[in-house]
Amino acid sequence: MRNPNLKRLRRSMMFLNCQKPGLIKDPYVYGPDSILLDLEDAVAEREKDAARYSLFHALREIDYRGVERVVRINGLDTDLWREDIRCSVAGGCDAIRIPKTETAQDVKRVEEAVAAAEKEFGVEEGRTLIMAALESARGVLNALEVCTASERLFGIALSGGDYTKDLQTTISGTGVELMGARQHMIIAARAAGVQCFDTVWTNLDDMEGFRREVETIRAMGFDGKSIVNPRQIPIVHDVYTPREKDIIFAEKVVREIDEKKAQGIGVFTVDGKMIDIAFYDGAKRTLALARASGKYKGEL
Amino acid sequence: MKNAVGREIPEEILKATGKEPFQGNHYKDGVPFRKAGPIVRPVMDNQHSKLVENIHEALVKCKAHSGMTVSFHHHFREGDLIVCMVMKEIHKMGLKNITLAATSLGKAHDDLVPMIEDGTITRIEASGVRGKIGEAISQGKLQGLAIMRSHGGRVRSLVTGETKVDIAFVGAPTSDDYGNLRGIGGKTDCGVLSYSHVDGDQAEYVVAITDCLVPFPNFPAHISMTKVDYVCVVDAIGIPEKIATGAAKPTTDQRKLMMAEYCTQVVVNTPYFKEGFSYQTGVGGASIASTISLTKIMKERGIKMGFGVGGLTKPMCDLLDQGLVRVLLDTQAFDLDAVSNVINPAHHRITAGAYANPFNKGAFVNRLDYVILAALEVDVHFNCNVVVGSDGVITGAQGGHPDTAQGAKCTIVICPLLQGRIPAICSDVTTVTTPGESVDIVVTDYGVAVNPNRHDLLEVLKAADCVPLRKIEELRDTAYSITGVPQPVEFGERVVGIIEARDGTIMDVVREVKDVTFDS
Repeated sequence: MRNPNLKRLRRSMMFLNCQKPGLIKDPYVYGPDSILLDLEDAVAEREKDAARYSLFHALREIDYRGVERVVRINGLDTDLWREDIRCSVAGGCDAIRIPKTETAQDVKRVEEAVAAAEKEFGVEEGRTLIMAALESARGVLNALEVCTASERLFGIALSGGDYTKDLQTTISGTGVELMGARQHMIIAARAAGVQCFDTVWTNLDDMEGFRREVETIRAMGFDGKSIVNPRQIPIVHDVYTPREKDIIFAEKVVREIDEKKAQGIGVFTVDGKMIDIAFYDGAKRTLALARASGKYKGEL
Repeated sequence: MKNAVGREIPEEILKATGKEPFQGNHYKDGVPFRKAGPIVRPVMDNQHSKLVENIHEALVKCKAHSGMTVSFHHHFREGDLIVCMVMKEIHKMGLKNITLAATSLGKAHDDLVPMIEDGTITRIEASGVRGKIGEAISQGKLQGLAIMRSHGGRVRSLVTGETKVDIAFVGAPTSDDYGNLRGIGGKTDCGVLSYSHVDGDQAEYVVAITDCLVPFPNFPAHISMTKVDYVCVVDAIGIPEKIATGAAKPTTDQRKLMMAEYCTQVVVNTPYFKEGFSYQTGVGGASIASTISLTKIMKERGIKMGFGVGGLTKPMCDLLDQGLVRVLLDTQAFDLDAVSNVINPAHHRITAGAYANPFNKGAFVNRLDYVILAALEVDVHFNCNVVVGSDGVITGAQGGHPDTAQGAKCTIVICPLLQGRIPAICSDVTTVTTPGESVDIVVTDYGVAVNPNRHDLLEVLKAADCVPLRKIEELRDTAYSITGVPQPVEFGERVVGIIEARDGTIMDVVREVKDVTFDS
């Protein structure tokens, strides 16, 4: 059976530095959908061991109250990543985020290590998911092969900092330099049936710019955004909250499709719009987003 | 003997102080008493000069002696130079056994610790004590007792004669040569002189100390010449940048912003939020953020505040400037904006007595609708601790906490569930400083708890569905599930301090801390 968490809601994925226990002790109070427990760039080279130790005990001891726990491991070009995976899987993390992914082979290497760790520590096979961060021109171009490399892979994320360096440009705040990557990645992700996440916004003094960017990526089809500060959570969730009329419409669509399917009817109209089964997933997703934001308390 | 908040008050302390254990907020309500009055030395000679050369001369003229009580205000906060300046002179004169009755003491007074150790200072009365003096008291270095009382409680203590001040030293940003004092107009402005009014009324001698002598009359005077015996000019009375800085940048800490939002939601969804409501808040990040978000809703709904009171900050003064509050009543200015706002005709200075004295014929705190407070710890009985750290060391001040909490119709305490690794919502606070019967609502980052005595508030908040409501015990259990159940702090036997209730009864005692030893 496929892991039911593959398609869970991931509007906000918040980076937290595992070197700082104060940050990882109770981030769930802010209500992110996922946390990205970082063993990679945020952790000083000589603190890698200590961060791993904190991470393991946090995963074992802390009740994260349903927030998904994703661990960003060190790069596959280091001698750290295998131990990162053993430690994360032994702790019981929900997913591994691969940094600097460029090929399907990268995903497969991690998949093997994850499977081995699950076996070693008696974790249910297939419990640990994978996501891949694309941080280079090559990685972005290979998005489709990355997306289809593993049954465990739930999505890909753009990492704008390294990617723009590779493009020999910088983050401008307008998004122009990320346009191609974003478009390419969302198309690849949808083609492969996985999720797609946008890069971080680091200018915390410009929350208006942040909101505009979230609105853009939502319109492009992204499932969510990586974030660096809990102040960004309410903004992301607000942008991803469906409008009242969309919720009502989605509810009708789901109800009608369920009913009509039973009656053997394929195409019909709701509020004057022609509806068929192709609308079902979208309507379900609207209701899931509405439920997550507290705007929908129904059963569908 | 156990008091009304379940704290054991040792018989010997009751005997030694002549005090009663706390018996509930309304125990002394309406009980008549006779005011105390000081000896006054009239000045009729029109050649009389009040100017003295230095602190030493002032002390001599005021008949300074061993065993006396001297008082000070804390309007200069951590920039205060007056207390140490005067105490050093007293120390030089070899006087001993002094009672230091300041309105509050802080890190600015760390230099007094050797005077505690050598018996110059043997008793301390203050709203609270931060810094090294707090540590010294907790280590048992003070020979006598430290009495911690609220701002209102202090006024009561002077008015009833329980505290007899021999010499009050009033640091004044400006003074004329006849002792008209103002909190503004000098080089070390603090805005108001509210805390010293009662000292002016009740002390036997009053000495003004200023670093800015201005022409007579320094008017309108915040404290009148009619109460001042001597005026001493010194080089500096305070360090301006430590007295008041620019308004604190609004917090960007999401946890505080969340608590602020919960607090605002509580305010705007309870029945006192209507045209003309009254409000007080503190200087913490969440309190200030809450005032800012409240302002937005007041504008949206067209609701104006009748009065805002207390220690004031920029967001409260902004309300006045925007016409969203009718009057501000000021007992203390916390930032430069509040200091300079004093010139606004609707920004009124009030005395600490008018603000909070429980023993007058009605103080402003009694007319408060909302007060937003903070706490170091809150327990499942809603008792708060704002003075003693979870390590047992005296580290804070009551300030107006117990006064406003009792007075306000809706008392909201903002307190994160955990302070570092310490559960701030706990089974029993280390020391009770404000009784649970005064506290209506506790706002944490994990949700909001309503005192079961306030069923009315619980019902309206439930109906409004505006904040995550939790039982206080649930919050405590959540805290303990994260940190584990804390071991109680180990204290020694000796009582080093008293937490006095507003009415002068004993709320709790503070014991000497035990040295920590680690098992090998």
